[in-house]
Amino acid sequence: MIILWTDALIYLLVITLLIFAFMVSRKAQFKRPLKKIYDSKTGMVSLIVLVFFVIIGLLDSVHFKSTETRTHEIISLLDYWAKPLRERGEKTYSAPFSAYLYSKEMITLADGSTKWGYPRLKFAGSHLQNPEAEGLRDVLTKAAIGFGKGAGLVILFMVLLWSSFHDRHKVLFKQPTGKAIVLVVFMLVSMSYMLIYLSAYYHVLGTDKVGEDVFYQAIKSIRTGLVIGSLTTMIMLPMAIVFGIMAGFFRGWVDDVIQYVYTTLNSIPGVLLIAASILMVQVYMSNHAEDFNSLIVRSDMRLLFLCLILGVTSWTGLCRMLRAETLKLREMEYVQAAQALGVRQGTILARHILPNVMHIVLISVVLDFSSLVLAEAVLSYINIGVDPTTYSWGNMINGARLEMARDPVVWWSLLASFVFMFSLVLAANLFADSVRNAFDPRRAEQGG
Amino acid sequence: MIQYILRRGLYALPLLMGVNILTFVLFFVVNSPDDMARMQLGHKHVTEQAVQNWKHQHGYDLPLLWNQQAENSQKVTQTIFYQKSLSLFIFDFGLSESGRNIGTDIKQRMWPSLSIALPSLIVGLMVNISVALMMVLFRNSYLEFGSIVLCVILMSISSLFYIIGGQFFIGKLLKLVPISGYDTGLSAIKFLILPVLIGVVSGIGSGARWYRTLFLEEVEKDYVRTARAKGLTETQVLFKHVLKNAMIPILTGVVVVLPLLFMGSLIMESFFSIPGLGSYTIEAINRQDFAIVRSMVFLGSVLYILGLLMTDISYTFVDPRVRLS
Repeated sequence: MIILWTDALIYLLVITLLIFAFMVSRKAQFKRPLKKIYDSKTGMVSLIVLVFFVIIGLLDSVHFKSTETRTHEIISLLDYWAKPLRERGEKTYSAPFSAYLYSKEMITLADGSTKWGYPRLKFAGSHLQNPEAEGLRDVLTKAAIGFGKGAGLVILFMVLLWSSFHDRHKVLFKQPTGKAIVLVVFMLVSMSYMLIYLSAYYHVLGTDKVGEDVFYQAIKSIRTGLVIGSLTTMIMLPMAIVFGIMAGFFRGWVDDVIQYVYTTLNSIPGVLLIAASILMVQVYMSNHAEDFNSLIVRSDMRLLFLCLILGVTSWTGLCRMLRAETLKLREMEYVQAAQALGVRQGTILARHILPNVMHIVLISVVLDFSSLVLAEAVLSYINIGVDPTTYSWGNMINGARLEMARDPVVWWSLLASFVFMFSLVLAANLFADSVRNAFDPRRAEQGG
Repeated sequence: MIQYILRRGLYALPLLMGVNILTFVLFFVVNSPDDMARMQLGHKHVTEQAVQNWKHQHGYDLPLLWNQQAENSQKVTQTIFYQKSLSLFIFDFGLSESGRNIGTDIKQRMWPSLSIALPSLIVGLMVNISVALMMVLFRNSYLEFGSIVLCVILMSISSLFYIIGGQFFIGKLLKLVPISGYDTGLSAIKFLILPVLIGVVSGIGSGARWYRTLFLEEVEKDYVRTARAKGLTETQVLFKHVLKNAMIPILTGVVVVLPLLFMGSLIMESFFSIPGLGSYTIEAINRQDFAIVRSMVFLGSVLYILGLLMTDISYTFVDPRVRLS
C-alpha cells in the first residue's frame, strides 16, 4: 500500500471528522440543531448523496502498486475494481451506448475488400451481432437486469437491517424523513449497480478523444473535487480560527497585525494570487524534476499545492467573521466573570470563546465546500488548477469544450461532467442550507 | 472630508507595500531569476551564457535587495526590488517578458473589459433586485418556494456551463449573435449581448438569494410594522420603505467592486475572445509572463483598496447617521 500526501491528509481529515462528530453528538447544545437537520428532508437526502460521493472518493484514496501489470503503476482500490473500464479503451470518440466509432475510417471486410465507414468498437457492444436491430433492446434489458439486481441487493440489505433492529423499524418509518431516506438509498444503489452492470457491455457515457471511458473519468474526478473542497478547508480552518479569535480577544497590536495581514491578502484578487503561486510552483517543480519522478506523485503534489494556495487565499473571510464575533463575546458577562475570577486566558479561549463561535465555523465550512468545487473547474480552465493529467471535471470540460464546434457535436464529456458536478454541488448547497438553518441562532429564533 | 480621504490614502500605503513585498517574495525569492530564465528558455541544453543573457536583457541580473558594488544611493536603486517592485507605486509597469510596454497595454485593454463588466453589473443588479423583491413580496407561497429551489439549482451550475451552453444554443444553433469576437465602437454591441446575458444569468442564483436575505432582515424591523399599521399596502411598504433601507448594504456592496470592473472577468473574456484585461491576464499566465502577472496583482490590489475607500465615503451619502472620523 502506498500513501500519497493527499491520501494521508484525507485519512487525517476523516479521523478528525469522526472525533468531531462524536464530540458534537454528546454535547447538549448541539442536540437541537442536529435534530433539526435530521428532521429536514432535503438535509438528509443531500447528506446521503454527499456520503455516497465521499465513499467513492475514499475508495479512490486507497492506493497500492498494481502487481498485475508490468509497469507497476500506482492504482487505487477504485481503479482495481474498475479494471474493465480502465483497460478497455477504444481508438477515439464514441457516443454513449454506441457500438460504432465516432469517426469514419477504412474498414477491411471479411472478404478482403475495404469500405469507408464507421468501424465497430473493440469492446463496447461487441457481443451484438447486429447492433442496429438489437442494440436498443439489449441496452434496455441489460439496464432492467442491472437495476433489478441492484434493487434486490438493497432490499436484501434492508431486510437484514430490519430484522436486526426489529423494534426500531417503527422509529425509522415514524420519522418524517424515514421514507425519503429509504427511497434515496434505494435509487442510488440500484442506479449505480445498473450503470456498473451496463458498463461491462457498453461505454455508458461514451469515450473521449483518446478512447478512454468517460464514465470512468467522471467517477475518478469525484476524488479531486472532494479533495479540493475538503482539504482546502482543513488547511484554512486552523489559520482562520486561531487568528480570528486572537485578533478579537487580545485586541491591541495583535489585532492590528492580524488585520493588516488579512487586508493585504484580501486586497490581491484571488485568482491572480492563485495564478502567481501556481506559476511559482510550476517553476519549482520543473527545476526540481527529480523529486517528482512519478506522474501520479507529481499530480498529487500539485493538487496538494493547489489546496494549500486556495487555503491561504480563502481564510480571510472566516477570520474576519470570527474576529467580529469574538469582539462581541469578550464583552459578555460570563467571559468578564471568568476574567475577574482569574481564569487563565488560554482556558477562557478554549472553554468560553471557541465553543460559542463553532456554529460560524461549521456553517462557513459547509458553504465554502461547494464554491471550492466550482472554483476547481474554472481554475483548471485557466490552466492554474490541477495537473492536466489529473482526472477532474475541470479538465474534462476543458478537453470537451473545443469539440462543441464539431458536427455532430461531441456532447457526452460535457454532459458527464455537468451531471456529476451538478449533483455534488447541489447536494452540498442544499446540505449547507439545512446546516445553516439549524445552527444559525438568528434563524433558529424565527423557527424556520 | 478631504482630510479623511488623505488619511485613508496614507493607510493604503502600508497595505500596498505588503502586497508589493508578497509578490516580490513570490516571484524572486521562492524562485531565483535563474530558475525563471531556465523556465523561459526551456530546460535542456541551456548554457550558462544564455541564462545570463536572458537575465541581462530583462534586467534581472541585479542583486535582489542590496547592491554591494554600486555607489552610494545606487546601492539601493540598482536592485531588482527597487527597479521591478517599487516602480509599481508610480504605475511604471515596465516591459513584459516579450518586450511590450505593459502600461500602454493596460490602458488600451481596460475599456473592452469595462464595456462588458459594467453592463453586466448594472443589468445583473436590476434583475437580482427585482427577483429578490418578488420573492419577498410573495413570501410563504409556492412562488417563493419555487424561486428558492430555482436559485439553488442555478447556483449549483458551474459558470463554465453557462458560457458553453450560451455559446452553443444562442450563438451556434440559433445564430442570433456572433459566438465570439470584438469590434471597436458601436458595432461592438452585437458581440457584447451574449457575454452580458450569460453574466447576468449565471449571477441570478447567488445574487437574488443574497438580496432576499437582506430584504427579509429589513422586513422584520419595527418601522415596517409601523408602516403596515398605518395602513400601507404590502407593495407600498416594500417599495417605499424596505427597498430604500435595504439599498444601503446593496449600494455599498456594489461600490466596492466598481474599481475592479476595469480588471474584467477572466473566463468571460477569454471564452468570447474580448481583448480586455482579463484575457490579457490569462494569456500572460499561459505564456508564463511573470512581469504582466506581477503588474496585474499590483493593479488589482490598488483598485480593491480604492474600492474600500469609496465604500467608506459612500456610506456617508446613503446613511446620514454615519460620520467620517
